[in-house]
Amino acid sequence: MSDTVENQGRRDFIVVATNTMLAVGAAAVIYPFVNQMNPAADTLALSSIEVDVSGIEEGQAITVKWRGKPVFIRHRTAKEIELAGQVNMDDLRDPQGDLDRVEKPELLVIQGICTHLGCVPLGQKIGEVKGDFNGWFCPCHGSHYDTSGRIRKGPAPTNLEVPPYTFLSDNVIKIG
Amino acid sequence: MSSPEFKNPVVKWIDHRLPVFSFMHHELHEYPTPRNLSYLWNLGSLAGLALVTMIVTGIILAMHYTPHVDHAFESVERIMRDVNHGWLIRYIHMNGASFFFIVVYIHIFRGLYYGSYKAPRELLWILGVLILLLMMATAFMGYVLPWGQMSFWGATVITNLFSAIPWIGDSIVVWLWGGFSVDNPTLSRFFALHYLMPFLIVGVVILHIIALHRFGSNNPLGIDVSGKQDTIPFHPYYTSKDLFGAMVFLTIFASAIFFYPNFLGHPDNYIPANPLQTPAHIVPEWYFLPFYAILRAIPDKLGGVLMMFGAIAVLFVLPWLDRSPVRSGRFRPLFKLFFWVLLADCVLLGYLGGKPAEGIYVTLSRLATAYYFIHFLVILPLLSVVEKTRPLPQSISTPVIGGGMVSAPAAKRGKADV
Amino acid sequence: MFKRINQTICAGGIAMLACVGVMATSVVSPAMAAGGGGDIKDHEWTFDGPFGYFDKASLQRGFQVYREVCASCHGLEYIAFRNFSDLGYSDAEIKAIAAEYEVMDGPDEEGEMFTRKAIPADRVPSPYANENAARASNGGAYPPDLSLIAKARPNGANYLYSLLVGYKDAPHSDDVPDGMYYNTAYSGNLIAMPQPLYGDDIELAGGGDTSIEALSEDVVTFLAWAAEPEMETRKRTGIAVMLFLFVMCFVSYGSMRYIWADIKKSKA
Repeated sequence: MSDTVENQGRRDFIVVATNTMLAVGAAAVIYPFVNQMNPAADTLALSSIEVDVSGIEEGQAITVKWRGKPVFIRHRTAKEIELAGQVNMDDLRDPQGDLDRVEKPELLVIQGICTHLGCVPLGQKIGEVKGDFNGWFCPCHGSHYDTSGRIRKGPAPTNLEVPPYTFLSDNVIKIG
Repeated sequence: MSSPEFKNPVVKWIDHRLPVFSFMHHELHEYPTPRNLSYLWNLGSLAGLALVTMIVTGIILAMHYTPHVDHAFESVERIMRDVNHGWLIRYIHMNGASFFFIVVYIHIFRGLYYGSYKAPRELLWILGVLILLLMMATAFMGYVLPWGQMSFWGATVITNLFSAIPWIGDSIVVWLWGGFSVDNPTLSRFFALHYLMPFLIVGVVILHIIALHRFGSNNPLGIDVSGKQDTIPFHPYYTSKDLFGAMVFLTIFASAIFFYPNFLGHPDNYIPANPLQTPAHIVPEWYFLPFYAILRAIPDKLGGVLMMFGAIAVLFVLPWLDRSPVRSGRFRPLFKLFFWVLLADCVLLGYLGGKPAEGIYVTLSRLATAYYFIHFLVILPLLSVVEKTRPLPQSISTPVIGGGMVSAPAAKRGKADV
Repeated sequence: MFKRINQTICAGGIAMLACVGVMATSVVSPAMAAGGGGDIKDHEWTFDGPFGYFDKASLQRGFQVYREVCASCHGLEYIAFRNFSDLGYSDAEIKAIAAEYEVMDGPDEEGEMFTRKAIPADRVPSPYANENAARASNGGAYPPDLSLIAKARPNGANYLYSLLVGYKDAPHSDDVPDGMYYNTAYSGNLIAMPQPLYGDDIELAGGGDTSIEALSEDVVTFLAWAAEPEMETRKRTGIAVMLFLFVMCFVSYGSMRYIWADIKKSKA
């Protein structure tokens, strides 16, 4: 290395430039290799669904699959709505008013995934155990949910989640 | 061997217990390399780059691919259309196979020209031929996976080669298929093996590099390094040169991937496999064409298969066919001539492999096949005896032509003691 | 002297690389061309070359031709309605297009399959349930799915175009058997597909030239897109990558020359 100082400087510059560009190039190559594991276009296309809710009779519920998991859609009776509205906030582990959880009081849309460890609670079908609060009951570890899907008893920390949804018309909701 | 002094205390601590840093320093940094290597010596590192590229993209593709006859074609289309950057990853993998073979073929012909297979590098060469064989098997099975028409019929034709084996051939073919034709069991096992074999290649490549580092690289003069003045450390000299070579390679590679991704492929493979209809003109991928030409040149089933495998087998014994003490073709006027004839012959075979097996093509295939074997089995042994070689330079650093003939590998010096 | 030899070798190496490249070309091209056989005209396409793009208006016209002419026999099974955003349609338009199709879904709670209106996430339904049904309806000939047709034929776009405009009267009319048609682009000249386009076949939604050449060009553009919907992104990305690599070649070459400077000096 008997180069003059000036030469040394130029050499360092070109070598540093090469290495810098190499690092930038490598990062650019890594991006698609990582991004490929994100949901693909066909998966994303199904990330929102439209559901016709006109066919659900009062007191009945349907389960639809959204993003690979069940969503409970319940056409609540007046009594169920009343029951959900009367609850004292202090009795709730995860305080939330019933009307904050619905777009229209008669239609409750919640994710059917117990917030404890991810089991699917019972209570959708007529004759299934609905738990102490007449809503849903998770058989895995005994969580009881009320008619608004709020946690009332058992190990689950929070209320059943409300997925993002909007009414496209009186009869059709779009989830996601 | 000087032990490197590491400044970083963590590196130092680890290296004292697990000398990986010393190892890398010896093999990638100070590793003494002949100072006169040409760009043809870039192909080895390029082959390594190609192998890594294939493994990385291959593992990614396996995350999205479904090895089932009813879903394979569709899952590949899903990769092309829906998976994020799936088209890029698949086109890299698809063209990567071709570029891997281009690189390896040049690497092989470089070895042939400069006598890199001669003592003491016979095992290095044999390991290389083994890598070629593994690559061919891997590439063949990989081509089956998209389950297009060429995949299916390529698999059918190539697996049927084994039926040429007397007595047990048919049973072997049924065993390979896992059924009575190429079908779902065949596809699943090809997928499993296609995933496995690259790692076998990695294993053999490691052996190949260990063998290489035993005596160091051959060089364009083909003479042994005679001391420290003939070599330079691998880093930064050859790392910088390999980097430049890699960039040129990637530029050519990228132009294929982004602008002509299907140029080296066959359109029929975008038609889903149909076991009831063979495409009018089936050809293997371009890198198999010379061997395919040899196969078809022989009018006998078993004979054709034997000759085809023989074309590779002859490479295994090459170090003992060419007994000339001079390595580099640069000092062997006759050998040099025949080398170019061989290269032309292989290109011709490749051309003929893509042509229909009829008329003049058959005759030419036979002549070209004959020359291929004559070159290795007759010409090279004969040249070893009759050829008058040109005088070798005394050393790499004083390459004065006519500086006196050195009695060939007299000084079998190993790795220069640095 | 030695330097020159070295350069010669380098040149030789590059020549060898080129040689193999040419070999690959010369070997593969005839193999590919052998699949064709018919008379294929070269046509200029907006999607040719490194700067190629798809003309959205042409894609929409081509889609209309596909729907009104090709779709009665040919499927488009790898294309989902959502993909039509590439054609320049809005989400609402795509939803409306999808709703015009019925797709099979199910089983429902009674275990029965049922049909419903398609949604953007659905694939375009094929005209026949399977290949056998397609053959049965077409005198034994199979109308291939068109999603990949532009990639599944040698010289795809030019071939399809030549085929669509290649229906001619046979030189000797008695040569053409029943159920076959004479086509200059088709290998062997006898094709089972009746002439699909005559010109003025349809009324284009946005107006425009309805000559057989114009309609063929539009539908081939649409099919080229269907086979390679990633083409525009691929070429755009490619240009950026090539620019980067060109610079990288120069910089790494410069880097190498600086590092090697003292070696070259000592050699001279």
